[in-house]
Amino acid sequence: RDFNERCAQCSEVNWGLTDGGRFYCRSCHNVTERTREVVNTDFITNSRVQTISKALKKQEKTDGDCEWYICEGFQLILKKQVEALEALGVCPQMKDEILCNFWRCYLQKSKQAYCKRPAGETVKALSVCESSTDVDSDPERPSLLHLLSLSESEGDLQTDCSFASSVSKVSESTSVYSGSVDGSLYLMKNQKEKLRMTMPMTLSFCYMALLWVREPITLSELLRFVVEGHIPYLNVFQHFPEKMKLCGLDLKIFCVESWPVYEEVFNKMHELAAFLDLPRFPDITESCFLHPDMLCMKYLMEANLPDELHNWTCRVVKKIGIGEVDFLTLMPGNKSTRKVKYDVLAAAVIVVVLKLLFLLDDHYEWLLSEFAEERNKNNTEGGPYFEFKKWYEVVKHSLDVEQKKLDEERAKYLWRCEKPLFYSVKNKSKVLKRRQMVVNLQNQFGKLSGSVQRAKKPNPSSFQLSWSEENTDGSCFHGHSLKGILQEKRGLLTAMNPDYWLCTVKLCNEKLCGHLAHYREVEFPQSYHFVLGLFSFLLRIQPSYIHDEVCMIEHKLFNKKLCKKLKYNTVLRK
Amino acid sequence: SSNEHKLNFKKSKEACLSYIQDALLQKQWKRAAEFLTCYVESLEKDYSREHIGPSEMIWRIGTEILWHHSQSSMKEFNCFMEQMKTLGVKRYLKVCLEHVFHLLCNGQIDEAYQNLSLAESWRFGEQTAIQDKEMKLIQAYRGLLDYCSWSKQKNILLEHGEDGFADLAVEQEMHGYFRKAAVNLKEIIKIPGVWDIFVKCYVDLLEFYGDHNEAHQVLNEYAYNSKFPANPNAHVYLYQFLKRQGESKKSLISALKILHDIVPSHELMIDFNTMLQKSSK
Repeated sequence: RDFNERCAQCSEVNWGLTDGGRFYCRSCHNVTERTREVVNTDFITNSRVQTISKALKKQEKTDGDCEWYICEGFQLILKKQVEALEALGVCPQMKDEILCNFWRCYLQKSKQAYCKRPAGETVKALSVCESSTDVDSDPERPSLLHLLSLSESEGDLQTDCSFASSVSKVSESTSVYSGSVDGSLYLMKNQKEKLRMTMPMTLSFCYMALLWVREPITLSELLRFVVEGHIPYLNVFQHFPEKMKLCGLDLKIFCVESWPVYEEVFNKMHELAAFLDLPRFPDITESCFLHPDMLCMKYLMEANLPDELHNWTCRVVKKIGIGEVDFLTLMPGNKSTRKVKYDVLAAAVIVVVLKLLFLLDDHYEWLLSEFAEERNKNNTEGGPYFEFKKWYEVVKHSLDVEQKKLDEERAKYLWRCEKPLFYSVKNKSKVLKRRQMVVNLQNQFGKLSGSVQRAKKPNPSSFQLSWSEENTDGSCFHGHSLKGILQEKRGLLTAMNPDYWLCTVKLCNEKLCGHLAHYREVEFPQSYHFVLGLFSFLLRIQPSYIHDEVCMIEHKLFNKKLCKKLKYNTVLRK
Repeated sequence: SSNEHKLNFKKSKEACLSYIQDALLQKQWKRAAEFLTCYVESLEKDYSREHIGPSEMIWRIGTEILWHHSQSSMKEFNCFMEQMKTLGVKRYLKVCLEHVFHLLCNGQIDEAYQNLSLAESWRFGEQTAIQDKEMKLIQAYRGLLDYCSWSKQKNILLEHGEDGFADLAVEQEMHGYFRKAAVNLKEIIKIPGVWDIFVKCYVDLLEFYGDHNEAHQVLNEYAYNSKFPANPNAHVYLYQFLKRQGESKKSLISALKILHDIVPSHELMIDFNTMLQKSSK
C-alpha cells in the first residue's frame, strides 16, 4: 500500500506483507529484504526508519527456527483477531487502515520499531553462561525468578522454580530463556513508561479500532465473543508459524489462563489512546449504534420490556445530557471527563427508568402489577397492560435457564490447547508424557459421557435472549402498554409513582476507592437486585458496575433537588 | 477488586469439581464422566501448593465412575488403575492396594494376588521407606490370600483323607502356603491397629499346627496391649480360644471382664452372667 518502489522482478507496485514482516510482490511473489517501512500517515511524523530487517532476518538455525521478537508475536495475534472481526461483519477498513496504523503508531511510540533505537539500549538477550566469577556489566541484572514474577500471568511456582533451576544449569552461550529474541528483555522493561503489550491489551486495540470506526459492537459484546470463541484470544499463539518457537518466558507473555475483565480492557484502551496521542475520535451522534437511545432500544428488546419505555429512556438521556456528542465522543488524554461505558450507561438508564416508573421498593411495583392484572382480566380490548409480576416470572425463568447453562459451560471450559508448551527443553519429555496421559483420560471418560457431545460453538449473535411477539402464551412484553402506570399532567405524561429512592446520597471519589458507590455493602430491594442481575448477565459484568452508573445518572437527574437537600427518602435500609 | 470475579483456570476447575461432586452424589455417572473429561487437563498444571492435587482427585473420582458406570468394563478399570499408578509415585502403593480391593470385590482373586506380589517387589529410592506402612499392608493382604489358599488345600486334604487318599503334593503345597502366610500375618499384627481378620487367620494357622502357646500369646497381646486400640473383638477371640482349649472357668471369666466394661450389651454377657452365677461371686 504505502511502499511505492517498483518490484525488482516484475516492475509492478503491488505489495503485501509476509508473516515475517517483509514485503512481497503480489504479482510475482518476489520477496524482498525490505521490511515494513512507514510512509506518512496521520499519526507518525518524522520517524526514521530503522531497518528491522537485520534483526528479523531469518537466520536459519540448525533446527529451522528463526529469530523473532515479541512484538511480532503480538502483531500476528492482532491480525488474527481483526480477521475474526471481519468474519463477523466488521468493515474491512478496520484491518488494513485503522488497526494497522494504530499498531504501527504504538510500535513507534514504544520504541520497538520504526524509530531510532535510543542510545545505549541494545537488544541483547540475557545470555546464560554468566558464571559467578564474571563481573556483571549491569549490576541490576534481574534474576530469572524475578523476571518470572514480573509477568501478570498466573504461573505455578513449581514450574517456575524448576525452569529457573534447569536454565541455570545449561552452559550454552545462546539464550535459552525464551524462544523469542527479546522475551526476557520484554519482561524486564519498565511497564509504566512504555505501556508494555499484554494479551488483554490486544483486545484494547480491537476495541479502540471498533470505536474509531463506530462499529455496532460494544465492549461487553466483544468480550463475550472472545469467551464464546469467535475471536481468538486464549491459545492463539498456537497459530504462530512453526519456525517461531515458543518457550520459556514467552509463555509468561502469551499464555494467559483467565478471561479478560471489562474494566481492564476498558482502562487500558484509554491509556493506549492517550499514549498514542490520538486526536478526538469520530463523533458519536444520535444515529450511532453506541448512542444511548439506540442501545437502550436494543436492551429493552432483549430484556423483554415494553417498547413504550423507550420514550422514557430518551427523556432521561436528554434531561441529563448524556446524549450529547461531546459527552459521548472520546477525547484521548482528557482526564477531566468521565470515560463513557456505552453499554453500561444504556443499561443503567433503563434501570433508572424502571425505578422512576415502578419505584422498585419491593411493594409498589407489585401493587401496580395487581392493578394491571385486574384490568387485563376484565378488559381484553386494546391490548394488555404491562404486568410487572408476569414479566418478572417470564424473564426470571429464562434468565435462570441461561445462567445455569453459562455456569456449566464455564465449568466445562477447556483451557489447554493441543500445542504442548514447555518452559525448557529439559521438561519437554515430562510435558509430553503428561499431555499423552491427559488425552488418554479424556478419551476414556469422554466415551463414558454418553451421547452428550460437546456443544458446538454457538453462532455469534447479538441477542442472547429473544422474545417473539408471535408466541400466544403472552411471554413477549414488547407490545404491552404502560397506560396503567402513567397519568397526564399538564399535557405531559408522567409516572403515577410520586416517589424515588436514591441508591446513594453521596457519590464516592472514584479515584480513591475505585467506585462511585458500594453495591455490596448496602441492602437494596430484591427487585432492584433482580434488574441489576438481568443486565449483569446480558453484559457479562459485575452488577456493581451498573450500580455505579445508576448512581451517576441519578445524581445528574436529581442534581437540583440534591443541592436543596431532599426532604424525604434517601436510601432504603431494611 | 475487579480480579475477584475474574474467571480463570483455577476457578473454572473448582467449579468443574463441584459439578462432579454433585453428579457423584446423585449417582449420575454419565454426567460425572462428562465433567471429569473436562477436569483432567488440570494434570498439566502444577498444584503442589494444594492439599489434594488433581492427580489424586482424578484417581479417586475416576475409580468411582468406572466402578459404577454401566458401560465400564473390568478391563477398562484395570487399564485406568495402571495409569493412575504411574501418576503419583508417592501414592503408588496406596493405589495398588485399592486396586487389589476392587479386584477382590469382583472375585478376581488370582489377579489380586498377582498385583500384590508385583507391588511387594516395588522399590523406589526413599519412597520405599516412606511408604513402609502401605508395604506392610500389602504384605499382610498377600499373607491373607496365602491363608485362603492354605485353607483350600487343607479342605482338599481333609476330603482326600476321608476317601483314604494321602496326597503328598497337596500337603506340601499347604505347608508352603502356611509358611508364606504366617510370616506376613505375624508382621502386621505387631503394629498397633485393628487387625481382626489377620489375627483370626493367624490364630487358626497356629492352632492347626499345634502351636497353642504362640496363639495364646498373640491373642493376649491383641487384647491387652495398651498400645492397641480398644477392640471388643479381641476379647471375644481370646475367650473363644480359651474355651476351645478347655481352660478353667476362672480364666474364662477374667477374659470377659474387659469386654463387660466396654460392651455391656454384648451377647457373650449371657455366658458371662451364667458363669458368674455358678461361681460363688
